[in-house]
Amino acid sequence: MKTVSKVYAFLVFLFLYAPIAVLIVFSFNGSATMSRSVWSGFSLQWYARLLQDRMLLEALRNTLVIAVIAAAVSTVLGTAAAVGINGMNRWARRAVMNVTNFPMVNPDIVTGVSLMLLFVAVSKAMGGRSLGMVSLVLAHITFCLPYVILSVMPKLRQMDPNLYEAAQDLGCPPAASFFRVVLPEILPGVVTGLIMAFTLSIDDFVVSYFTSGTTQTLPIFIYSMTRKRVSPEINALSTLLFAAIILLLIVINLRTAKDGQEKTAGKER
Amino acid sequence: MKKRIAAFFAAILLVFAPVSAASAAETPARPGVTINVYNWGEYLSAGGDGSMNVNAEFTRRTGIRVNYTTFEDNESLYSKLAGGGANYDVIFPSDYMVARLIREKLIQKLDYKNIPNYRYIDKAYRGGVYDPKGGYSVPYTWGVVGIFYNKKYVKEKVDSWKILWNPKYTGKILMFDNPRDAFGIAQKILGYSYNSARSDEWNAAAKLLEQQKPLVQAYVMDQIFDKMSSGEAWLAPYYAGDAVTLVRDNPDIGFAVPTKEGTNFFVDAMCIPAGAKHKREAEAYINFLCEPDVAAANMEAVGYSTPESAARKLLPQEMREDPIIYPPEAVLRKAETYTDLPDDVSLQVDALWAQVKMGGAGQTVTLIAVLAGFLAVYIGVVVFKKIKRKRELR
Amino acid sequence: MGKAKSAAFPYLVWMVIFILVPTALVVVFAFTDRSGCFTLKNLEGVGRYSNVFLRSIGLGAAATAVSLAAGYPLAYRIARTHARRRNALIMLVMLPMWMNFLLRTYAWMTLLEDSGILNHILRFLGLPAAHMINTQGAVVLGMVYNYIPYMILPLYSVLTKIDRSVIEAAQDLGADGRTVFLRVTLPMSMPGVISGVTMVFVPAVSTFIISRMLGGGSNLLVGDLIDMQFLGSAYNPNLGSAISLVLMVLILICMGIMNQFDENGATEGGVMV
Repeated sequence: MKTVSKVYAFLVFLFLYAPIAVLIVFSFNGSATMSRSVWSGFSLQWYARLLQDRMLLEALRNTLVIAVIAAAVSTVLGTAAAVGINGMNRWARRAVMNVTNFPMVNPDIVTGVSLMLLFVAVSKAMGGRSLGMVSLVLAHITFCLPYVILSVMPKLRQMDPNLYEAAQDLGCPPAASFFRVVLPEILPGVVTGLIMAFTLSIDDFVVSYFTSGTTQTLPIFIYSMTRKRVSPEINALSTLLFAAIILLLIVINLRTAKDGQEKTAGKER
Repeated sequence: MKKRIAAFFAAILLVFAPVSAASAAETPARPGVTINVYNWGEYLSAGGDGSMNVNAEFTRRTGIRVNYTTFEDNESLYSKLAGGGANYDVIFPSDYMVARLIREKLIQKLDYKNIPNYRYIDKAYRGGVYDPKGGYSVPYTWGVVGIFYNKKYVKEKVDSWKILWNPKYTGKILMFDNPRDAFGIAQKILGYSYNSARSDEWNAAAKLLEQQKPLVQAYVMDQIFDKMSSGEAWLAPYYAGDAVTLVRDNPDIGFAVPTKEGTNFFVDAMCIPAGAKHKREAEAYINFLCEPDVAAANMEAVGYSTPESAARKLLPQEMREDPIIYPPEAVLRKAETYTDLPDDVSLQVDALWAQVKMGGAGQTVTLIAVLAGFLAVYIGVVVFKKIKRKRELR
Repeated sequence: MGKAKSAAFPYLVWMVIFILVPTALVVVFAFTDRSGCFTLKNLEGVGRYSNVFLRSIGLGAAATAVSLAAGYPLAYRIARTHARRRNALIMLVMLPMWMNFLLRTYAWMTLLEDSGILNHILRFLGLPAAHMINTQGAVVLGMVYNYIPYMILPLYSVLTKIDRSVIEAAQDLGADGRTVFLRVTLPMSMPGVISGVTMVFVPAVSTFIISRMLGGGSNLLVGDLIDMQFLGSAYNPNLGSAISLVLMVLILICMGIMNQFDENGATEGGVMV
C-alpha cells in the first residue's frame, strides 16, 4: 500500500515536471536550427544570445515594471479597502464582497475583453492614443485587488476590534493607530497579498493580451514566439527565471519555516 | 559560405551608401522617437548568421528606435487596427487588405517626397488594383502560394491542390489558418474565382474544406516551419518565399506550385495607419527598407521576392535565379490576386470559416437547452435545500 | 467605525470604473450593431456556435473530473505525511505554476507530437507509436496539466485541517478504512472538492491557448471564438461581446450551483481556501 502511493505520487510529479525538464534540457541544445526535439550537443549559445536580444529584454523589463507598480498599488488600495469593508455593516459588506468576488469568478478572457472595450473607448475619446503600459498597469491592478483583499480580510477578522478603538481612546490619532496597532497585526496577510499580486501580474497572459496595444510583456512575447518558431532563447530565459524562483523560495522557506505554510496555501491561482 | 560573402558585400555597400544616410539625416525625422512597426512573423532580417539586423541598422543610421511586433494574418492585423487602441506607424498588409483599409479610411496617404527610394520599385508593381492611384502603399514583397511537401514521404508529382484532400496523407496535412488562403485553395479546386460574389460558391468551398478537415493535422500559420522541418507534417500549402528557410532547415522539403488549377499571386505592401503618431519617421523607415542594399540583405534572409530589380541584382546568384522565388511567366499568368470583398460577402466568409473550424454550425436551440439545463439544476438544488431545511425544522 | 468605512472608498470607485463599467460595455456591445443601434442579431448569432459551447463544457468537465480523480489521492497522501516533508511536497506541486504556462504547454507539444519525445520512447521500447497531439485528449491533458494544482491545493488545505481524532474515533467504533474514508474523510473534505472543482472548471472552459497549441486549431473552444472576434481573423466585437456575455452567464450559473453545495457561506472566501 505504501509503495503504491509512493509510486502514484512519483507519477503525478513526473507528469508535472516532464515538460519543465524538456524546457530546461533544450535550453542547452547546441543545434543551429532552433529544433525542439532533436538533441545535438551541449552549448550555452542560447544564453549568450538571450543577453543580446533587445526585444526580449525590453519585454522582461516591461513585465517587471508593471508587476512592481501593480503589486504596490493594489496592496495599498486593497489593504485600505479591506479595513474599510471590515468596518461596514453586514449588508454592505456582503454587497461589496460580491463585487470583489466577481472578477475572480469571471473568466479571464471576459475580464480582458471588457477592459479592452473600456480602454479603447477612452483612448478614442483621447484622440487615438495607443494602449500600452498605462492600460496594462490599470488592468493588472484590477485583477490583483480582490486577491489582496481576500488575503488581508481573514487577518482583520482575527484581530480584536477593540484594539483599534482602545488606541484611539488613549489619544492616538486614527492614522497613527492604524499604522501602530492594526498594520502590525495584519502584516502577514498584507505581505501574502503583495507576493500574490506580484506573481499574478508577472504570469498574466490573457488579460494583458487584450489590453497591451503595442507594448510587449514577456508572456505576450512568448506567445507571439509560439506562433512561429520558438527560439531556445526563451527556454534559456525560463530556466534562469525558474532557478531564481527556486532560490527565492529556498531563502524564504529557511527564513520563515513557520509562516511558510500559511503563505503557500494562499498563493494558489 | 555564399551567405557570408553576400553579407560581406552588403556590408561594403552599406559603407558606400552615404548618400541615402545623408538624405535621411536632412529630413526632419526626429531621432530618438520610437516607431511602432507591425509586420508578419518571420518577415524581416533579424540578424544572426551574419545577416543584417534591419531594425538595429535603421536605428544606427537614423537614431529612430523601433518597437517591432508581429501578426499572423491580414485579418488579425485588421482586427487590431479596426478595434483601435493600438497605434502603429508602419504596417505590412497584403493587397486585398490594403484596398479594404483604404476603403475604411484606416490608412493614410503617403508623402512620396519622403520616400525617394520609391523610384527603385519596378513599374510592374506600382499602382496595383488594390491601390490604383498608388497613394497609400509601397510594395514590400510579392510571391505566389504553393505546396510544401516532404520528398521522403510524398513520392507522387505535386501539381494539384487536390493532393491536400488525398486520404493517403491523413494527419500529415497542414492547412492555412486564415480564411482567404484556406478558401482560396478550395475555390481553385472548384474552378471558382477567389473574389466571387456568389454566396453559393463560398458555401460550396466551405463544404469542401469541411470534407478536408478529418485529414488535416492542424490549422497553422508560421508554425509550419517547425512542423514541416521536423517531419511532423508532410504536406502544407504556404507562401513560396518561405521555401528558402524551409529547405535550409530540412533538405528533404520540396515546393511546387499547383499548375493544374493555378494559384494566388500576392503583393505585401507597407502602409501607414490613419492617426499614426510618427508619420515622418514611418516614411523614413519605409524609405530605408526600399534601399536596394537593405532590401537585398532583407530578402536574402527572408526569402521572399523583391519588387526592386536593383535589389534583385544584389542577391546571390542562386537566389536571384531561383524559379521558386521568381517563378516563370507561365505560372504568373495563371495566378489570380485576391481583391477586397464587399462587406456582406466578407461577413459570410467569416461565419463560414468559423463553421469550418468548429465542424458545422450548431442550433440555437441546443445552446438555449444547455443554459436552461444549468439553470434548472441551480433552481432544483435551491428548492431541494429549502425543502430539506423545512423538514429539519419540523 | 464610521471613518474606517471611508478607507474602502477609493477601492469602490476603482471597482465601478474597472469592473462594473467594462461589464456594462460588454452588455451594450452585445445588444448593439456596428452603428450602435439596438439589435438581438448578435445573441441569435451565438446560437450557431452552440457546438463550441458544448465542446468547451464537455472538455472542461472532463478535465475537472480527471484533476479531481488524480489530485485527490495525492492531496490525501501529502496531508498524511509529516509536517516537515509536507511543506516541501506542496511546494513541489506549486513550483510548476511559477513557470510561464505558455512555455509549459508548448513543451507538451514537443512531448506529444508524432515525432516527439514520448513516441521516441515508445519506439525505443518496441511499442507502437501513438497519435496524441491535436486530439481532444491532448487538450484535456493540457487543461489537467495547467490547472491540477488549483485542485490539489484546496483539497490539501482542507484535508490537513481534518481532526485526526475524528478519524480515530470512527476507527475505534469499528469502521474499516473504506468506511472511514467514505463516511468521514470525504464528506469533511467537500468544501475543498467544491473550491477545487470551480477553480479548475472556470479557467478550463474559457481557455483559448491550450486548445490552440495542443488541439491543432481544429478543436475550437469558446475562448478561441471570443479571441477570433476581437483580435483574430473575424473582427466583430459585437458578436464577440455576445459570446462573452453567454459565457459569463453560464459560469455564473455554475458558480451559483457550486455555492449551494458549500454550506458555510461561500460568498466570503469560498473561492479561496
